[in-house]
Amino acid sequence: MTIWAKWTDQKTEEIIGNLLRAGVLLAAMVVSAGAILYLVRHGEAPADYRIFRGEPTDLRHVRGILKNTREGHARGIIQLGVLLLIATPVVRVAFSVFAFALEKDRMYVIFTLIVLSVLMYSLLGA
Amino acid sequence: MSVLVFTLLVAAGSLVAGFLGALTGLGGGVVLVPLLAILFKVDIRYAIGASLVAVIATSSGAAAAYVKEGFTNIRVGMFLEIATTLGALCGAFLATRIPAPALAIVFGLVLLYSAYLSSRTRPLPPANEEPDPLATRLKLNGSFPTPNGVRHYFVRRVPAGFGLMFGAGTLSGLLGIGSGAVKVLAMDQAMRIPFKVSTTTSNFMIGVTAAASAGVYLRRGYIDPGLAMPVMLGVLAGSLLGTRVLVKAQTRSLRLVFAVVIAILGVEMIYKGLSGKI
Repeated sequence: MTIWAKWTDQKTEEIIGNLLRAGVLLAAMVVSAGAILYLVRHGEAPADYRIFRGEPTDLRHVRGILKNTREGHARGIIQLGVLLLIATPVVRVAFSVFAFALEKDRMYVIFTLIVLSVLMYSLLGA
Repeated sequence: MSVLVFTLLVAAGSLVAGFLGALTGLGGGVVLVPLLAILFKVDIRYAIGASLVAVIATSSGAAAAYVKEGFTNIRVGMFLEIATTLGALCGAFLATRIPAPALAIVFGLVLLYSAYLSSRTRPLPPANEEPDPLATRLKLNGSFPTPNGVRHYFVRRVPAGFGLMFGAGTLSGLLGIGSGAVKVLAMDQAMRIPFKVSTTTSNFMIGVTAAASAGVYLRRGYIDPGLAMPVMLGVLAGSLLGTRVLVKAQTRSLRLVFAVVIAILGVEMIYKGLSGKI
């Protein structure tokens, strides 16, 4: 209980720093792994981004991306890395809710929950 | 062009953008979209999606280092993120309704404004002694370490800063950029937050702001893994390199050169938008 009792902003800052670094590193590693597969398999194909078609539905949703990754699709694995990257700030905000709660700062728990719900709405949809 | 050649060229371009962005403090995001749209003929919507991903990567990477130094004001960041994330959501929805040429024109105007801001030296805001009641109630006042001990500061004009932040978030969601320039403007000009605190706190907020619009972009199919991959890895490597060199480099003339490049890209984007070539 002594660790929780003496919770400070400084401790929060340290954990947030580590969290962000770990998230970016993990995302970059997953994207790199997908990149190698993608270039080996599709390196010779023509690249064309002139016309906007939009991504297939499977690469737009968490469930579809996970399914693609399990099946070993290179583009799915890269998209999983992108998803991990987008999740990094979300996890940071979720941790802040917890940290402000430990500091018994009710006002900031509410502020942080508002930000978290905007992020969840954006990522998961209504 | 084959996927392999395209990937390598885009990665190299993103590396240079990330490197110069970190070195000049202007961020790489602002040149990424014009680079992709003009040089690589990528549709502006794919370009914006890929740029957003890169912006999250660089801002989170840099924030990790800054937060530990003790300059970042986490409460100011959290409070203003309410405004930037709502703005970003709004911008992302607007982006799906605005035709590509109009997006290019808005982008061009923002580039010109960023070039103007970075070429001019910022007047130092006067030190403020008395606390602002609203900022005190919101616990926004803070302190940071200096060689001569801890310096305390008071935050001012909270509503103006909050409003500007909503605008910064909207631009970020609309154009896939960090909007660091507008964020710093809101914090050091309107809210009178010391420069070092406002730049690091702005960086801290950029990742969350970009994540709010990236979710919408992902669900709308604007984020292509084949394009996002070289952009994200290139910019990340470039900005890590840039922050390493930053300590030794003389950045004033470089900043000016980068500002000119941004201005030229801005004019080009406006021209492409007006002539419907985008």
